[in-house]
Amino acid sequence: METARLNEIVESYPTPTGKILGILEQVQREDGYLQKDVLKTLAEKLEVPLSELYSIATFYSFFTLEKLGRHVVTVCMGTACHVRGAPALADTLKALLKVEEDETTQDGKFQLTTADNDFTVTSARCFGACSMAPVLRVDNKIFGYMTPERIPAVLKQFGWEEDTHQNA
Amino acid sequence: MGCIGYCREEPLVNIHLPGKPLIILHRVTEKDAEEIVRAVAAGEVPRKLSLCRINDWDPLVGEKLLFGEGFQDVPAYAEIPYFAPQRKVVLRDAGLINPEDIDEYIAVGGYSALYKALTRMSPDDVIEEVKASGLRGRGGAGFPTGLKWGFTKKEKSSTKYIICNADEGDPGAYMNRNEMESDPHMILEGMLIGAYAIGAREGVLYIRAEYPLAIQRLEKAIGQARDYGLLGENIFGADFSFTLTIAEGAGAFVCGEETALIASIEGETGRPRPRPPFPAQKGLWGMPTNINNVETWTNIPVIINRGGAWFSKIGGERNSGTKVFSLVGEVDRVGLAEVPLSTPIRTMVYDIGNGGIEGKAIKAVQTGGPSGGCIPASLFDTPMDYEHLTAVGSIMGSGGVVVMDAGTSMVDTARFFIGFTNEESCGKCVPCREGLKHMLMILDKTLAGKATETDMQTLEELSGVIKNASLCGLGQTAPNPVLSTLRYFRDEYNTLLKKARK
Ligand SMILES: Cc1cc2nc3c(=O)[nH]c(=O)nc-3n(C[C@H](O)[C@H](O)[C@H](O)COP(=O)(O)O)c2cc1C
Ligand code: FES
Repeated sequence: METARLNEIVESYPTPTGKILGILEQVQREDGYLQKDVLKTLAEKLEVPLSELYSIATFYSFFTLEKLGRHVVTVCMGTACHVRGAPALADTLKALLKVEEDETTQDGKFQLTTADNDFTVTSARCFGACSMAPVLRVDNKIFGYMTPERIPAVLKQFGWEEDTHQNA
Repeated sequence: MGCIGYCREEPLVNIHLPGKPLIILHRVTEKDAEEIVRAVAAGEVPRKLSLCRINDWDPLVGEKLLFGEGFQDVPAYAEIPYFAPQRKVVLRDAGLINPEDIDEYIAVGGYSALYKALTRMSPDDVIEEVKASGLRGRGGAGFPTGLKWGFTKKEKSSTKYIICNADEGDPGAYMNRNEMESDPHMILEGMLIGAYAIGAREGVLYIRAEYPLAIQRLEKAIGQARDYGLLGENIFGADFSFTLTIAEGAGAFVCGEETALIASIEGETGRPRPRPPFPAQKGLWGMPTNINNVETWTNIPVIINRGGAWFSKIGGERNSGTKVFSLVGEVDRVGLAEVPLSTPIRTMVYDIGNGGIEGKAIKAVQTGGPSGGCIPASLFDTPMDYEHLTAVGSIMGSGGVVVMDAGTSMVDTARFFIGFTNEESCGKCVPCREGLKHMLMILDKTLAGKATETDMQTLEELSGVIKNASLCGLGQTAPNPVLSTLRYFRDEYNTLLKKARK
């Protein structure tokens, strides 16, 4: 992120209420992650220790410190979606995009990016679209009433091809 | 348009021809557009797509809307099984007005309650009216709203804040989202009235980042209200000024807890702070702060205009008013349903929800989200209100109702919630951080068929410790999904245990 743009974002918060999180959220939205350099610059500007910005960035699930893929596929792991089969969606996605985890994390949270950086698969807690459960989101688009069978067709809309990731 | 809450039948389209009832079309697709236009041009509505007609509608705070007569062969709104048991107080305008147009809100009586409060009532009058209504907080704990306002009002401080909690953390509940997206001005009006009563000049709307449309609509509503002089200095010429700021949450369940939420607005990690001091004494930036849930605020204009006594007649004993529930999971008709408090679970699941999908038998409902519990079908006569749901081992929470049929494993459900709370625990206190991790291990062991009877005892003991010794409500309620499934579905645990003995 250019320093000029960063300044603009900082200046759009005239009062301290909601300021720090708001700035970080805007940076996350525009850059797709929180870059080390940006955090350093911000720490100086806002006069808060860098360590504090780091702990905020790791505490809140909205932020990522690593660059995400060109498209972000998010599986809702909320209750309504869980009951209607979200775990199967997650498994299918991981298999299709060939991004198996090295070990199963205990909490079920995941964020995995394909080797060619085209896709990141991650999980979220409820988009508030529970009536269409189970729900998938690709970038900002919501896909409701999902089934594992429908996933390839959805991915194809975002440039995925059946075989390109074969040896990734 | 906003949303009327019948999500299974979406997309819905409203048609209003002059002098005719408002017609709601359902399951409309692009292919239908031509047919609809042709019918409307001929002064008709496409019968095949017509769900119901609304001849008149009471927006509660303004004059009755008279749409018209005719189309008698289309079923009336009140005849639709999904709508019949419902009572719209919170969702009084949802689906009927354009949420992005302040004029439409004003046309249905919007901001008239604020006018009444500012010109004809003292702050104490307002608080008395809210007390008389019996309104209790819709964020989960059910604390009497009028009483809470009184605490913050009493504090002597030149700066006070009010906050709207729109963090909606329960995964599976989305009523606050609809309230914000369908009728944002009612939240602003409720907050303005509250601020006047309490003596606050600044308010904050804390909204989770997962709801971009809600944020956008509230920003728009704030802009319009400012242009109309409904936010700013000397509102309605009264000695009352108020500004409103939006702060976005960033995906942490615990930030729905009021002290964590305040820490988050202040730009810290959202970890709960010990109470006392309560926010009413020392809240945002150390100042007296009153915090209420979105839905709590939406009831205020109605209470002011119709009176606390009127409001208190809706619902059950000590549970006045309505609640919007999100009916989701393995149920035929999913959607948002608003019913008087103390309506039995049975009405919700069978009359409104039409039972299981494709007629499958329903086994249980889960209410209250990660802090709640599973209630078996044998207890479906239980009234849905604060006391009765607690008595059967669950809670009302924010109003999530997740229906489960025979295909759902209750042990897996319990594991799902412990997985959730374990992940969302902020890690500040030991019982919650370590205890939940341990419970999760035992549940995984159980699902793998490796647990023993001793493990079940440990599970129960751990639950007790976590409930009693945790710092905040997250830990204090986190064991509920396990305790309630152990209580009602012990056989499902036992079946898994037997494998271990082989
Ligand atoms: C872990 C936890 C999560 C919570 N999440 C929410 C939430 O998402 N929305 C909400 O309004 N209240 C939530 N609460 C309750 C708030 O702490 C607070 O009681 C509520 O906002 C008060 O408003 P009310 O009196 O209008 O209910 C949560 C509490 C706990 C302990
Ligand atoms: S639980 Fe998946 S959208 Fe709400």
